[in-house]
Amino acid sequence: MGQITFIEHNGTEHVVNIEEGQSLMQAAVDNDVPGIDADCGGACACGTCHVIVDQHWIQATGGIQADEQGMLGLTPEKTETSRLSCQVTVTEHLDGMVVRLPEFQM
Amino acid sequence: MSLLRPLLEPVIQPALDKATAIIPMHWQIRGAHAFQGLKQRAGRARPIPVFRETPLPDVSTLALRDIDVSNPFLYRQGLWHSYFRRLRDECPVHYQGNSPFGPFWSVTRYEDIMFVDTHHDLFSAEPIISIGPQPEGLELETFIAMDPPKHDVQRQAVQGVVAPKNLAQMESLIRSRTADVLNQLPVNEPFDWVQKVSIDLTSRMLATLLDFPLDQRHKLAYWSDVAASPPEATGGLSNTDEAFDVATDMARTLSLLWREKEARLAAGEEPGFDLISLLLANDSTRTMINRPMEFMGNMVLLIVGGNDTTRNSMTGGVLALNQFPDEFAKLKKNPALIPNMVSEIIRWQTPLAYMRRVAKQDVTLNGATIRKGDKVVMWYASGNRDERAFDEDPDRFIIDRKNARKHLSFGFGVHRCMGNRLAEMQLRILWEEILKRFDHIEVLEEPGYVQSNFVRGYTRMQVKLTAKT
Repeated sequence: MGQITFIEHNGTEHVVNIEEGQSLMQAAVDNDVPGIDADCGGACACGTCHVIVDQHWIQATGGIQADEQGMLGLTPEKTETSRLSCQVTVTEHLDGMVVRLPEFQM
Repeated sequence: MSLLRPLLEPVIQPALDKATAIIPMHWQIRGAHAFQGLKQRAGRARPIPVFRETPLPDVSTLALRDIDVSNPFLYRQGLWHSYFRRLRDECPVHYQGNSPFGPFWSVTRYEDIMFVDTHHDLFSAEPIISIGPQPEGLELETFIAMDPPKHDVQRQAVQGVVAPKNLAQMESLIRSRTADVLNQLPVNEPFDWVQKVSIDLTSRMLATLLDFPLDQRHKLAYWSDVAASPPEATGGLSNTDEAFDVATDMARTLSLLWREKEARLAAGEEPGFDLISLLLANDSTRTMINRPMEFMGNMVLLIVGGNDTTRNSMTGGVLALNQFPDEFAKLKKNPALIPNMVSEIIRWQTPLAYMRRVAKQDVTLNGATIRKGDKVVMWYASGNRDERAFDEDPDRFIIDRKNARKHLSFGFGVHRCMGNRLAEMQLRILWEEILKRFDHIEVLEEPGYVQSNFVRGYTRMQVKLTAKT
């Protein structure tokens, strides 16, 4: 369907193929992107699938719920365009998106 | 709440706030202690339960309603596996109406625990997370026991202490301290791993986080032990007088540390990355020293949170590898398994058995109807052994277990452990340094277990090291 690029904190790039309807976290985990821990398995409950979305793409990732905002508030590396990748649903509009990983998943 | 409030009840609020800001904190605690003593003598204090150890029955002989998993001897007597397995299988959300800590619900399966932990809208962490209450007159305010939004503000003020920048700086320091401790250990002769390794390493770490004098680090371990073990809260061994004495000493020592930092900052010194510097640098916490219960609460939270947990995981890992010697062999053959083993140690040990909540409204959970105001205990220790969540025999210690990281020991949701990455780093470095030096760590006898329904820890564990050849 398309591709998304994950860039590790050390600069290593991982281009992964995406499937409509899966979560961005699942896309990363299925493709062994290091640095997405996803300890809670996608329940928006641990904050360990944090990604920093490229400014141009943040709109396309959709709205952010209070739960996600709350969990993101727990990480010292939170930025304006931070998302929990388990809460982002992959659609064709995300083809070509670039996201960066924080130094640590808290 | 101010410590002086019970003494000065009729005085108006502004005067109270002013008083707490002026009167030294340890005097206030002394005052509260004296007041509590008067109350006790007048028969007006809440009774404190007394625990005497007797052998507990086999769980198969009990009626469901008589099962009481709050018993502080359950872990020590090695019966907790069978008690919790029966609840998970027969009554996963279980009501005990008559414990020494009052009535409470036990949530024992992984999925149900996850539900409670992630629904802070339905289950409140206030006023405290132990099954029983804090000692009367010493009700500390800590964000582990606050709901959003107040929780968020307080946590955000201190979480920088474990921010990546700090963690990266700490790694080499932790490694050199770990090496120092391990290099001084006797080889081929028995010694107590708990004292010489687990307690020493964790109190050194705490001293660093607080910028506390290293030569007084034993105080931090002692304070933590007392704070975590009031009988009325967790079934532990401390008593009210001891708790007040510790609170007094802590207040005196830590407010001095605070004032010194404040003066150095005012004189233009660069702020450090220790906890007190961070609190002083944040607008919402800069004047925390004037709110003694909040100040003490935050200090106790960090000291207990960073002490018992990592300490007992350091001991638990050695014990687990002795109980499962094939895993020790696997580890030596492949040290790259250490990071996953660290998660498995934290799952297997579950150093804190539970967190407690209070239902904010009626909630139906797995068929049980929990009423508004009921206490609800999420037994992480049981969820971490839930056969439904960990399909590879959850009672076994498997260092390359696939889903070890999904363990509940750090909690999930807004109260998830703040120090999780630091804890993992400490344990990873410990095992990396152990494998460089030692061929074997033999546990020589059954370890001593802590009396508590909360802390799953060790009082002593005799071991013997074999050097690497």
